[in-house]
Amino acid sequence: MKNYDVVIIGGGPAGLAAGIKAYDYGAKVLIIEREEITGGILNQCIHNGFGLTRFKESLSGPEYASRFIEQVAKRDIDVLTETTVLSIDKNNKTVTAINSKEGIFEVNAKAIVLAMGCRERSKGALNIAGSRPSGLYSAGTAQKYVNIKGYLPGKEVVILGSGDIGLIMARRMTLEGATVKAVCEIMPYSSGLKRNIVQCLDDFGIPLYLSHTIVDIEGKDRVTAVTICQVDQNKKPIKGTEKRFECDTVLFSVGLIPENELAKDAGIELNRLTKGATVYQNRETTSSGIFACGNVLHVHDLVDFVSEEAEIAGISAAQYALNGAKEHDSVDCIAGDNVSYVLPQKIDKNLSGAVKLFFRVRKSLNNCKVKVCVGDKTVIETKKRVVRPGEMEHVLIAEDKIKSLDGNVTVSIEGCEL
Amino acid sequence: MYDVVVVGGGIIGGAILRELTRYRLKVCLIEKQSDVAMGQSRANSGIVHAGFDAPVGSLKAKFNVLGNAMMENYAKELSVKFKRNGSLVVAFSAEDMVTLSELKARGEENGVTDLKILDADSLFELEPNISKNALGALYAPTGGIVCPYKLTVAVVGNAMDNGADLYTNFEVSSISGKFGDFTISSQDGQNVKTKIIINCAGIGCQKIANLAGDYSFTIGGRKGEYILLDRECENFVKQTLFFTPSKKGKGILVSPTVDGNIILGPTAKEVDDANVLTSEEGLKEVQEKASKMCENVPFGQTITSFAGTRAFCDRHDFIIEESKSVSGLINCAGIESPGLTSAPAIAKFVVEKLVSSRIDLRFNTSFNGHREPTDFFNSLSIEQKNQLIKEKPEYGKIVCRCEKITEGEIIHAIKTNPPATDIDAVKRRTRAGMGRCQGGFCQPQVAEIIARELGIPLEKVTKFGKGSYLLRGKTK
Ligand SMILES: Cc1cc2nc3c(=O)[nH]c(=O)nc-3n(C[C@H](O)[C@H](O)[C@H](O)COP(=O)(O)OP(=O)(O)OC[C@H]3O[C@@H](n4cnc5c(N)ncnc54)[C@H](O)[C@@H]3O)c2cc1C
Ligand SMILES: Cc1cc2nc3c(=O)[nH]c(=O)nc-3n(C[C@H](O)[C@H](O)[C@H](O)COP(=O)(O)OP(=O)(O)OC[C@H]3O[C@@H](n4cnc5c(N)ncnc54)[C@H](O)[C@@H]3O)c2cc1C
Repeated sequence: MKNYDVVIIGGGPAGLAAGIKAYDYGAKVLIIEREEITGGILNQCIHNGFGLTRFKESLSGPEYASRFIEQVAKRDIDVLTETTVLSIDKNNKTVTAINSKEGIFEVNAKAIVLAMGCRERSKGALNIAGSRPSGLYSAGTAQKYVNIKGYLPGKEVVILGSGDIGLIMARRMTLEGATVKAVCEIMPYSSGLKRNIVQCLDDFGIPLYLSHTIVDIEGKDRVTAVTICQVDQNKKPIKGTEKRFECDTVLFSVGLIPENELAKDAGIELNRLTKGATVYQNRETTSSGIFACGNVLHVHDLVDFVSEEAEIAGISAAQYALNGAKEHDSVDCIAGDNVSYVLPQKIDKNLSGAVKLFFRVRKSLNNCKVKVCVGDKTVIETKKRVVRPGEMEHVLIAEDKIKSLDGNVTVSIEGCEL
Repeated sequence: MYDVVVVGGGIIGGAILRELTRYRLKVCLIEKQSDVAMGQSRANSGIVHAGFDAPVGSLKAKFNVLGNAMMENYAKELSVKFKRNGSLVVAFSAEDMVTLSELKARGEENGVTDLKILDADSLFELEPNISKNALGALYAPTGGIVCPYKLTVAVVGNAMDNGADLYTNFEVSSISGKFGDFTISSQDGQNVKTKIIINCAGIGCQKIANLAGDYSFTIGGRKGEYILLDRECENFVKQTLFFTPSKKGKGILVSPTVDGNIILGPTAKEVDDANVLTSEEGLKEVQEKASKMCENVPFGQTITSFAGTRAFCDRHDFIIEESKSVSGLINCAGIESPGLTSAPAIAKFVVEKLVSSRIDLRFNTSFNGHREPTDFFNSLSIEQKNQLIKEKPEYGKIVCRCEKITEGEIIHAIKTNPPATDIDAVKRRTRAGMGRCQGGFCQPQVAEIIARELGIPLEKVTKFGKGSYLLRGKTK
């Protein structure tokens, strides 16, 4: 059986960055990736806009990934591609995987990093009445067909959901000669980045229908038309507001979910709000020696933050593998008013360094005040101009404050509704 | 020239086709869709009925009881999962209790064994989630469950292994000639010649009979809608639960499926064509009725809803006979419920009694009724899997991440009779794309494997045949 200090599951940006840091700390590292090449979902994101924070330049997805792939190649890090992890034993820290060369085999680790990324929420979960013809795709599947396989799924498109992948695909399909007739979003706001709405819809004159959803799908073999309808506050369709669009393709961009089946089967504690593991600030889960980072932990909108988080997880995993487990002495982080989740969910007072608390807001707000409270004591108060549900926010808790935390930490935000 | 052509690739046509291959005959199956099991035999409840429901003396009663008794060995030979989970007809009023005694008497007259009336306490012991308003039930331990489309795929596959031909994408649009020399044709110019035709076209039976010159019956459609719950709800109920039939209308059933899901439905609504659209009202009705049968039905675990259309005929019983007006045409029409249950018995009767009166039957000594399980890979030990991966590396490559299906299993589905030629056919046989992401990740890869194995361009791969193409050509 093979033995490693740190085994990383998933070779996307998260797994790569974690591997580099774990190796540099002195650990013997293995990265396991299911696809033929590492880089994760970035390989199909050929548009620009990656790395603005980290590298101060606008890279394509593959360019961003290649910076990390090169760094991995320079080190003595083992990478197994075309290998799928089937299960994890969280107590013995064994990982069972399968590939064509070795069949089904086990690897022993001292620490494990989960970096499996996320998947798109499926259209099936929406329960739309009508027929089930072909031509209904999740936006990511369409992205793979266009950018990786070189095929166009359809020519007249309606998109449900205004997540970033949907917005990016609206532009991509238009550039490939398709007509995007509408993007409709059931919420009164888009969950995508502001810059994507401007650059992918506005610049191409593609209409965005907020507070709208698809109520009917027509077509026996291939989709031929959809009807969209405005919805009220309870997301119920309002009769009389129907609009029908003829189309041969419907793309669904209705959210991303961390891919946590492995973690769930292994009995690792998952958080109801993020659908990822519950972690301390070093990204250790509540199962000792198992770490998580990137989209498998919580869905990020910018890959730059994925890399940052993965580096934390990589170093922590190496420390665990080489120095052994440490006692936790922790407080919980709680989502307060207008905040949908906070990550990490636990702050361990025994760990050194400042803590960046990431959070998402429930609605778009203007002229905001972010408050971090311990009990009824406000410990931090900062201002933000604008916050949106589609964009992750953070607030920094300085190292000296951590030691003296004597209760759970609540993050809340107030401001004027946009 | 074929000896016998079977029209319609449902469970009835498939079972008859397989039965025919026991004899030295040249036979084929014609199906208008791109795969078999695309009609009633795909979307139904999958219940192997005990046989107390059908009127005494009817063909329904006769074949139901015979079919029920045959099903266990039938499914085993074909490596299809079958479970005798038992049925319960639940009473909610004193009037219902009276009906239960009538049903019991009728069942016994039909030949159903071991029927028992249970009081409320014994019922709650068997099914703790049943509504507290229940007063008692008729218990039929011989009731069972089976996956209808897996059974259909298996019978057709086994028939093909024994020499039968299959023509898919062949929609019969004209029939000429007479007994001993029929020609069956499609609009797009396909032709086959045959001595005998067996009409098993489900909702299309009337059309096929009419094309051959038989106008003796009419077929109507009655739609039934279903809700399917996740396998996490396994054991919510263990038996198949029916409402007691009454003048107030028909109830639905609540049942486990052999694959561990819970199925709720079907509704009953008359429709003009083979309409299989789900509707808001239909699904609401299913929810309301299921909530009357059981406490706290976990609707939050709904994974899909679907509909099927029953093909019923104006004679209100199965029609299983040689046409009175067209010699050499055997009609198996109006095979609504309990048609799935009856299929093995109907097939035997049709071949041994009806076909044999027209053609001499001589045994095919090389007939082998056994079919390897399609999901054989999962049942292997790790050592056996590793041995297989050494010989065929494609079994080491996971394609569908949610259900953990390998490329080897997908290739197997494409190469095994009846071959899967589109995305949905692969899905029905292997579960690839049936998991949580619903094919979001693996569809492009499955499409590529199909294209490669069939030697067709990727643009030609479809979701379920004909116009259900996936792609509109290459990018710029
Ligand atoms: C379809 C799609 C499109 C996106 N487009 C954009 C975009 O345009 N811009 C943007 O900023 N962000 C985009 N994102 C978000 C993007 O995912 C993140 O920015 C970033 O790629 C996340 O990195 P990661 O390493 O956490 O996950 P991923 O990049 O998803 O990497 C996870 C890796 O783990 C592997 N893996 C998973 N399970 C196993 C297993 N059991 N065994 C072995 N390997 C496994 C996967 O194959 C994958 O390579 C997109 C996400 C999706 C799903
Ligand atoms: C909602 C519902 C619930 C049911 N529940 C049960 C149950 O629990 N237990 C039970 O025992 N039975 C049940 N049944 C009944 C059972 O499903 C049917 O009796 C059985 O599937 C009938 O099979 P078949 O082969 O006759 O028809 P089908 O499966 O409909 O097959 C007919 C085939 O003929 C093809 N065809 C039609 N026209 C043409 C043409 N012109 N050219 C070529 N091909 C053609 C069709 O495409 C189709 O594939 C149920 C039925 C329904 C609809």
